[in-house]
Amino acid sequence: MALSFAPKANAALRAVPIPLVWLFGLLPALWLLVGLFTGRLGADPLKALEHGFGLHALQFLIASLAVTPLLRFSGVNLMRWRRALGLLCFTYGLLHLFVWLSLDLQFRWGEIGRDLTKRPYIMIGMTAFVLLLPLAVTSSDRALRAMGPLRWRRLHLLTWPAAVLAALHFLMVGKVWEAEALIYAGCIALLSALRLFRGMRLRSP
Amino acid sequence: AEPAGDLTPREAITTYNNFYEFGFDKSDPSKYAGGMTIDPWSVEIGGLVEKPGRYDLADVLKDQPVAEHIYRLRCVEGWSMVIPWLGFPLAGLLNRVGPQPGAKFVAFETLARPEEMPGVKRGLLDFPYVEGLRLDEAMNPLTLLATGLYGEALEKQNGAPLRLVVPWKYGFKSIKSVVKITLTSGQPPTTWQRLQPQEYGFYANVNPRVDHPRWSQASERRIGEGIFAPRRDTLMFNGYAEEVAGLYAGMDLAVNY
Repeated sequence: MALSFAPKANAALRAVPIPLVWLFGLLPALWLLVGLFTGRLGADPLKALEHGFGLHALQFLIASLAVTPLLRFSGVNLMRWRRALGLLCFTYGLLHLFVWLSLDLQFRWGEIGRDLTKRPYIMIGMTAFVLLLPLAVTSSDRALRAMGPLRWRRLHLLTWPAAVLAALHFLMVGKVWEAEALIYAGCIALLSALRLFRGMRLRSP
Repeated sequence: AEPAGDLTPREAITTYNNFYEFGFDKSDPSKYAGGMTIDPWSVEIGGLVEKPGRYDLADVLKDQPVAEHIYRLRCVEGWSMVIPWLGFPLAGLLNRVGPQPGAKFVAFETLARPEEMPGVKRGLLDFPYVEGLRLDEAMNPLTLLATGLYGEALEKQNGAPLRLVVPWKYGFKSIKSVVKITLTSGQPPTTWQRLQPQEYGFYANVNPRVDHPRWSQASERRIGEGIFAPRRDTLMFNGYAEEVAGLYAGMDLAVNY
């Protein structure tokens, strides 16, 4: 399946250097930091920063998971970008975690420890981040060669549980069902369903 | 009480609000509360009282000693403010309407007008928002009906024209834009307890030793002090233990949370 404009789009996409993807990907972080210094983040800039980083992590996670279905359903090929999208997700996740530990909980390790053992939404968010760690570490060509494509691909299936947990984390932060979190969870549920369906089809004779 | 601390800037107090009748986001109330009609305003006072009736706002305020009271406000979400309220003790109004001997609790209700409140229209919660206090809590001199802050009339997003302020309890107890006060013999339902009984109790006293399932209550961030401001340890009863601890003598506060 391919849309009529796909070849043209792909030609244009091939011309985009990856550093440009990174540059654009980091613009939201810059935007948040500018907001911080100009007072645009409102009365509680810390939460705006913390939530902003978390939200962008989720957005890049969804973007990286959407690369394959996008190719299959439209013929538009973003495979070259996928590693950058995944690493941008990890970068924002790291920033989100760091703001929580430093500016929010201010390294009060006792409280952090209790949060990590007692509060399900924090445990789930932390697990999602931990699952992304080996993926970030093995994102280089060298790691791919060292592991071999089969093992590498198997390891990188961890993106899926990480995505489901990240969506759950967002859903559980709210005091009630919030539309925004439901939309993200819906995207991840849809992408997971597509992936599972494809996995089953590939395995059947 | 512990000294209240530096006042939170008015800008923060009037733009950072939980008032779900106008939306979930903290900035929604200041954006969307403008359309709420607060004049005319009346409060229906009923239940177990000697003089029930619909009282016009001017009548509610008649002869009440409106004065400035600087209180900390601690939200269950883990943040706090220091607010210079204008208000008068609720006890003054309750004494005027005369609680009957059987009255043990006071139930409160917020305005719910879908055409003026986008959150009510969208049904974000089970509106009208309701809250309650035990009668002795309501009669405590710290418990206020507030009409203003920073020397001016309340902004709509802060619960104009009349709201409750109970400084030793989490902020959600301090119900805004009150239209109804009912004295009852039994414990009245409260909106958050109805929604999530394991997370929100009737008492909701600020207590650093009893965690909310979602948030540690050991410490808090003071809004308006910038991102590098140090967290503060949360005080028992939000620093008002001297005045109110006696109300809960013999009660297990981990059970009655």
